[in-house]
Amino acid sequence: MSEEYSVEIVNPEKSFLSKNDVTEVVVPAFEGEIGILKDHISIISFLKPGIIKIFSKSGEESFYINDGIIEFKDNNLSILTSLILNLKDIDKEKISEIQKSAEEELNKSDINDQEKYLLDQKLEVLKSIN
Amino acid sequence: MASLDDLKKRISSVKSTQKITKAMKMVAAAKLRRAQENAEKGRPYSDKMNNIILNLSNGISDIENAPKLLSGTGEDKVHLCVVMTSDRGLCGGFNTNIIKKAKLYFQKILDEGKTLKIITVGTKGYDQLKRLYGDKIIERISFKESKNINYFDADKVGKIVIEKFEKKEFDVCAIFYNQFKNVITQIPQEQQIIPLNTSEKEENSSEDNYEFEPEEDEILSNLLPKNISTQIFKAMLENSASEQGSRMSAMDNATRNAGEMVDKLTIEYNRSRQAAITKELIEIISGAESL
Repeated sequence: MSEEYSVEIVNPEKSFLSKNDVTEVVVPAFEGEIGILKDHISIISFLKPGIIKIFSKSGEESFYINDGIIEFKDNNLSILTSLILNLKDIDKEKISEIQKSAEEELNKSDINDQEKYLLDQKLEVLKSIN
Repeated sequence: MASLDDLKKRISSVKSTQKITKAMKMVAAAKLRRAQENAEKGRPYSDKMNNIILNLSNGISDIENAPKLLSGTGEDKVHLCVVMTSDRGLCGGFNTNIIKKAKLYFQKILDEGKTLKIITVGTKGYDQLKRLYGDKIIERISFKESKNINYFDADKVGKIVIEKFEKKEFDVCAIFYNQFKNVITQIPQEQQIIPLNTSEKEENSSEDNYEFEPEEDEILSNLLPKNISTQIFKAMLENSASEQGSRMSAMDNATRNAGEMVDKLTIEYNRSRQAAITKELIEIISGAESL
């Protein structure tokens, strides 16, 4: 039996990526990273800023995402995100730009703990990329 | 009858108008293709989002404590309408159709004695509504500067709506836009986004038991504001495709009408030229005969 399932990443503008030979996807869920293999139970989860890793027959790919929701059902994984960047051809300037705006947000006084936590996470991930 | 010179002038002016409408048609056609592609590409996101929310709201057992964005405030007194129109004119009945639809809704709301608040997106909608409903318009937004429709613009509108909702400024929110069907048909749409219309719930028979992380209500309360931006974004995409489609067919008609006018004027011009020649000939002949 094959160990593969299909994944689709969509952002508001378009369908970003669609693959059907994926063996494992690791996503940065709210309460820690989740690795999803074939025949995982149906799950809906929220993502925090981080790196998505996709393992497939053709190799491994990594993407940076700003936020997102995943839905896994009948061996179909959908990832909805507002911003996604491929780590392979990532632009240093773009990263610094996001980093800067995140820092600015963080310095605002009216943010709540959850937002602060997310922004901290975001900065950490961005720093690790840069 | 107009003089030859006048006719000549009119013909050339109609011809230059025709050139403009033709060029606008071409531009609209090129833009339409891109807008249409974008609209189609944007559909999976909003569809998936909708699906997830439907699944989630199915899973919610405690309706009482459901997020307000889903269940509403429990009242139905103040209606907020987001009317989405274009920033540019010369696009046929595009804006008028949305406004017409919106006005019907406004009338209904006002007749029922409810309060009406309006947000206009796009300058044309504001221009058409300010005379009748000027005092009801609480905000007007225009994205004239941004070349392409992007999610962040939609998010801005969404955030405004949510902020107002959290301040309890309204109970029900509806958006108005044109849905793109094809180049000649655009259907004005009225869509209620707050509280979310979950009437499709019954159709969705796939009763799945999902695992949620974190809890359902936490996901929902995070997801619902996003969904509003997404719905607005979808409406904006549909609207822009409709605008270009509407402009294209309007300009096509204008070009054709200008062509007809040029033909008619040319015939009139030739006739009067011939009449002038005949008149001159008669004068010469009768002059020669009298000698």
